Amino acid sequence: MTSMSAITQTSDFTNKAALIPLATERPAYYRMSGIEETSNVSSEFQEERSEEEVEEEIGYEDPFRYVFYRDRKEWADLEPVPQDDGPNPVVKIAYSDKFTDVYDYFRALLKNDEKSDRALLLTAEAIELNAANYTVWHYRRVLLQALEKDLREEMRYITTIIEDQPKNYQVWHHRRMVVEWLNDPSEELEFIAEILSQDAKNYHAWQHRQWVIKEYKLWDSELEYVEQLLEEDVRNNSAWNQRHYIISHTTGYSDPAILNREVQYSLKQIKKAPHNESVWNYLKGILQDLGLSSHPGLLEQILELKETHCSPYLLGFLVDIYEDFLENTLEHHEEVLSKALELCELLAREKDTIRREYWSYVGRSLQTKYGSSDSSTTTSAPGIDPGSASGSVHQETPCSS
Amino acid sequence: MGTQVKDVVIKSDAPSALLLDKHADYIAAYGSKKDDYEYTLSEYLRMSGIYWGLTVMDLMGQLTRMNQQEISDFIKSCQHDCGGVSASIGHDPHVLYTLSAVQILSLYDNVNVLDVDKVVEYVRGLQQEDGSFAGDKWGEIDTRFSFCAVATLALLGRLDAINVDKAVEFVLSCMNFDGGFGCRPGSESHAGQIYCCTGFLSIAGQLHQVNADLLGWWLCERQLPSGGLNGRPEKLPDVCYSWWVLASLKIIGRIHWIDKSKLRSFILACQDEETGGFADRPGDMVDPFHTLFGVAGLSLLGEGQIKDVNPVLCMPEDVLERLGLHPDLLS
Repeated sequence: MTSMSAITQTSDFTNKAALIPLATERPAYYRMSGIEETSNVSSEFQEERSEEEVEEEIGYEDPFRYVFYRDRKEWADLEPVPQDDGPNPVVKIAYSDKFTDVYDYFRALLKNDEKSDRALLLTAEAIELNAANYTVWHYRRVLLQALEKDLREEMRYITTIIEDQPKNYQVWHHRRMVVEWLNDPSEELEFIAEILSQDAKNYHAWQHRQWVIKEYKLWDSELEYVEQLLEEDVRNNSAWNQRHYIISHTTGYSDPAILNREVQYSLKQIKKAPHNESVWNYLKGILQDLGLSSHPGLLEQILELKETHCSPYLLGFLVDIYEDFLENTLEHHEEVLSKALELCELLAREKDTIRREYWSYVGRSLQTKYGSSDSSTTTSAPGIDPGSASGSVHQETPCSS
Repeated sequence: MGTQVKDVVIKSDAPSALLLDKHADYIAAYGSKKDDYEYTLSEYLRMSGIYWGLTVMDLMGQLTRMNQQEISDFIKSCQHDCGGVSASIGHDPHVLYTLSAVQILSLYDNVNVLDVDKVVEYVRGLQQEDGSFAGDKWGEIDTRFSFCAVATLALLGRLDAINVDKAVEFVLSCMNFDGGFGCRPGSESHAGQIYCCTGFLSIAGQLHQVNADLLGWWLCERQLPSGGLNGRPEKLPDVCYSWWVLASLKIIGRIHWIDKSKLRSFILACQDEETGGFADRPGDMVDPFHTLFGVAGLSLLGEGQIKDVNPVLCMPEDVLERLGLHPDLLS
């Protein structure tokens, strides 16, 4: 949906529009930058008009400015095509006059398959009224190709549109097509960064960014960019996803030095903001193939964090580490299982009650898979020396976050 | 230690009873009101708008209030020579609106209003070499379109028309480190895309490829203290995610991981007691899209007054029963 304010003009408006003398007629619809203007008007008037081009709405600040297509003599050769809602429209639909006017003429152009500059201009106006209309965008692309228009100009155009309406599939897809036609991504990273500075999680912007980077191999400074975004908002899930994307496609995570770098980076971010879904998902994501319990020193670091930066995520992560430990080692099962079950119970009962069903499930699964035939889970196995355990199984104080 | 969680607060006077009659009246009258600028603006998705309206009416047992003949005629006028269907007359065909058209006609048990063979040809033609699907001839690739393609063909009994294995390969390549799915390989996990991908895998008989525990965890993490669900971390709740998230959980057999009563309260709070219909969150303006997904979400939660909805196709179960369609669900 566009954010256009409701247009409520009626016949009163039409009358005013018709009063504009032809000699000084300067249709306000000529407002997009770079569009050629047929001008026989004095420069003094042009200056006056160019100020009005700054207005958000087409000609709406001054009702004398806008002229309907049906009243423009240079469009008189076209028969407007009214909206067709089907053979037996039951519903009577009220449209704004201007919307009706523009789209009646758009349909006329489509019907005649007209390929002209005025058609291109009209698509801009139709887009302004409804940038989600994919048929208008299609037609515009057909025109751009048929008329062999300057695609650099089109880049300027689509830049303006996206800045105005950044959450729309069509505008981004259009931009991608133009970039492909030009085979020139040189403006993209900066442009996308600009859009992301307004909304750092814009899903469309991120898709476009990933495409540009992969297609044109622009990996080099992306990790730096991601770190900058995470500095600004460590909870930006899109940025964490991008981090994974970049590293996966460049160095990968198989080098232990890189993996450890990422683990330490994540732990550092956790200290800054412990209640952060994204970083915990990331940490788990990069370690799960190798196994959470296999990373040297990780359990100790997590247990340390538990004292000062606890969260339901941390507790859940601990459960995951213990589970991985149980899966990959044969020693100390009962103690580790006991710890894990205790945490599941704590999460279900107190720390993450909205997901109690999940935590109960995890506890039951662990019990089923690793529990001994003796139903008691609190007996410590004889002969265990906690100090020799690779994982820490000493008694922990409950998290007090 | 206080934490700022991005969420809404439900006011004490928010609606707490289900107002089905008001919703039926809202949908029945939609498009006939005078100042419907919004209706005009949404012409580019009209076919989906009709699907949302009819489906929610059917779920509420009120389908007969809609004009079947008019709608069938409209759909017929929207099929193009290439076989694809457009959102409205004079618009270009697209797989999104092709699916909506087939869903609508399935509700009416009348798919032969369309040239079915041509629909199948159109969908087949959208599949790319890597198994993905474009939305239309302009080539935008998105897992949403993979879902639309197989859902359309499944409803027509023509899944064999495409290369299912390749299609599966592409969708699986969109599985992320957190167990979720995005629109293309590498894209951030998003509940809407996850619904499309789990729905796709269900139809393709490949649900075993999903890491159900990992994905189920990511999905139940969508639930916020207000009870509502968001679409990805650190976003506000929205009633449409009651569908995308809940249906996904149902498909992978983990719907009980959501606190049902809290979610139900959130959904009910999104109703508008005066106009009928549901909004994205309490107090906002209603629309048919959120109305369908609010009602469908309640159906998944077991609301007695609403017909059972199929979590894969978002259509009444009795319609799929009639078609003999039983997409897989994990238990």
